[in-house]
Amino acid sequence: MELRKTETYSVQQMILEKKSKKKVNVEKIIPKLLFLMAAISVFTTIGIILTLIFETFIFFDRVSIVEFFTESKWLPFASVPSFGIMPLIVGTLKITLIAAVVAVPVGLATAIFLSEYASEKTRRIIKPILEVLAGIPTIVYGFFALTFVTPVLRDLFPSLDMFNALSPGIVVGIMIMPMVASLSEDALVSVPKSIREGAYALGATKLETTIKVVLPAAVSGIVASVVLGLSRAIGETMIVSVAGGSTPSMDMDVTSSIQTMTAYIVQVSSGDAGYGTTIYYSIYAVGMTLFVFTLVMNLLAQFISRRFREEY
Amino acid sequence: MKLINKSHVAKRMPVRLAVNTICKGLFFLATLVGLIVLAILFYRIFTQGIGHLNGDFLQNFASRKPEEAGIKAALIGSVWLMAVVAPVSLMLGVGTAIYLEEYARKNWITTFIKVNISNLAGVPSIVFGLLGLTVFVRALALDRSVLAAGLTMSLLVLSVIIVAAQEAIRAVPRDLREASFGMGATKWQTIRKVVLPAAIPGILTGGILALSRAIGETAPLVVVGIPLFIAFLPQTVLDTFTVLPMQIYNWTSRPQEEFQQVAAAGIIVLLILLIVMNSIAVLIRNKFQKRY
Repeated sequence: MELRKTETYSVQQMILEKKSKKKVNVEKIIPKLLFLMAAISVFTTIGIILTLIFETFIFFDRVSIVEFFTESKWLPFASVPSFGIMPLIVGTLKITLIAAVVAVPVGLATAIFLSEYASEKTRRIIKPILEVLAGIPTIVYGFFALTFVTPVLRDLFPSLDMFNALSPGIVVGIMIMPMVASLSEDALVSVPKSIREGAYALGATKLETTIKVVLPAAVSGIVASVVLGLSRAIGETMIVSVAGGSTPSMDMDVTSSIQTMTAYIVQVSSGDAGYGTTIYYSIYAVGMTLFVFTLVMNLLAQFISRRFREEY
Repeated sequence: MKLINKSHVAKRMPVRLAVNTICKGLFFLATLVGLIVLAILFYRIFTQGIGHLNGDFLQNFASRKPEEAGIKAALIGSVWLMAVVAPVSLMLGVGTAIYLEEYARKNWITTFIKVNISNLAGVPSIVFGLLGLTVFVRALALDRSVLAAGLTMSLLVLSVIIVAAQEAIRAVPRDLREASFGMGATKWQTIRKVVLPAAIPGILTGGILALSRAIGETAPLVVVGIPLFIAFLPQTVLDTFTVLPMQIYNWTSRPQEEFQQVAAAGIIVLLILLIVMNSIAVLIRNKFQKRY
């Protein structure tokens, strides 16, 4: 900017000059542009829901919705196909239940240890290790289930099949354990120190304080973390595809091959079921069921943590 | 009047303390479970895969013979996928975060967007695959291309990036913004030249973590229909390709024992990639972490 000595030249004039030079008003356009970007996340949800609804409708045009929910056999590749989703749901629930048996006690105990007993130094070592465990790709866990956990379990129980529900269930449990642990720990840490100290002052031991005072105060966060973890287990795909087999079954046996909803979608996608066949549309009906399951659980988790939160 | 029977308390005390110690031990053992599993997992994969990991493995294409199988197409394919996912997801994610933190008014639309993002984070990845298959592969006719897979993956990690960017932007103190406004800067100038530079380490850390999730994801790509076996490299974003986790899945599901070692070698490559990305994220976090 050249200085003009003769005339006065104020900052205000400079601002006005600069403003008049700009033809496009950036300040007005940017918020609209950013709003469009934010809208894409909403369109994603709408896209998912519409996709699932439309393709599921085409499927229900060919297979009756009553058969879908009441038939007890899932045999899409048979010469007389049968589409009853119950066996896939049973398979999914079996995996989820086994995962819960592993993840809930171990995750909760880890959370209690980290928040109540561990020193700052121990926490700083263990928390990153849990993060690493949470960051391992699921296909790696699947490989681990098939090549390590299954052989070890077969040494223990010789009647176990090569593909079974037990091994992927345990590994899914290990996969969701860090998530349960870290969310539960957050809930425990947010319980104020003063109510712990009140319990100590009454002569309670650390364990008594934890179980009778801290856990009840944090219960909403802990339950929410478990529900979220189980919702992850329901949607988990690669571990069950690799190690769970592909035999949909209704019985409660965990030693034989099963199929989950996710594993069925993978089986169809990696095979060559042509576009437009009933089998092609069946993956959307299964996907829809899966989506509703996880959505309900996620909403439940949000509801629990909001409704039953203790405010201090 | 005696309120507390001291002898009774004293008699119970050793048992209560013992139970406390035992439970502390149990909690510690449970914590060790995670560490032990991680150690076994790394040990198993390392010992199984190390024999196969050499220059040839990195330079060969996939093969039906385990001794000739290599990971070139998958490794390059993963890089291609990242080249689409990184710009798309970062731009959308950071844009959304800026809107929500700086511009959005408190009304039902904003609340709806926020609730929607937190629900999107809980949708199983395979459902994103169904979305990608219908919208990108079929409706937009992108076929099984890098672009179709990349866009699907971008939507999958979008919610992670938005949340990380929101936190980073929120951590920039008000004083900085007000100082900038006080100097006469407009809102967008303040965001571009003051808020974003201060928030960039946090955004990058979150972004890299989200990308490392995208690089390890398999399920949505299986549904999109990315081939499991391929022997050429993509030339443009419209070509088909394969990625590391897909190649590992392919090798894992083969019955021959030898392919499990090839799979383990592939996993080592994938894990090294993830470790490098996470180390960069940690480095950025430590180097640029400012305390206001």
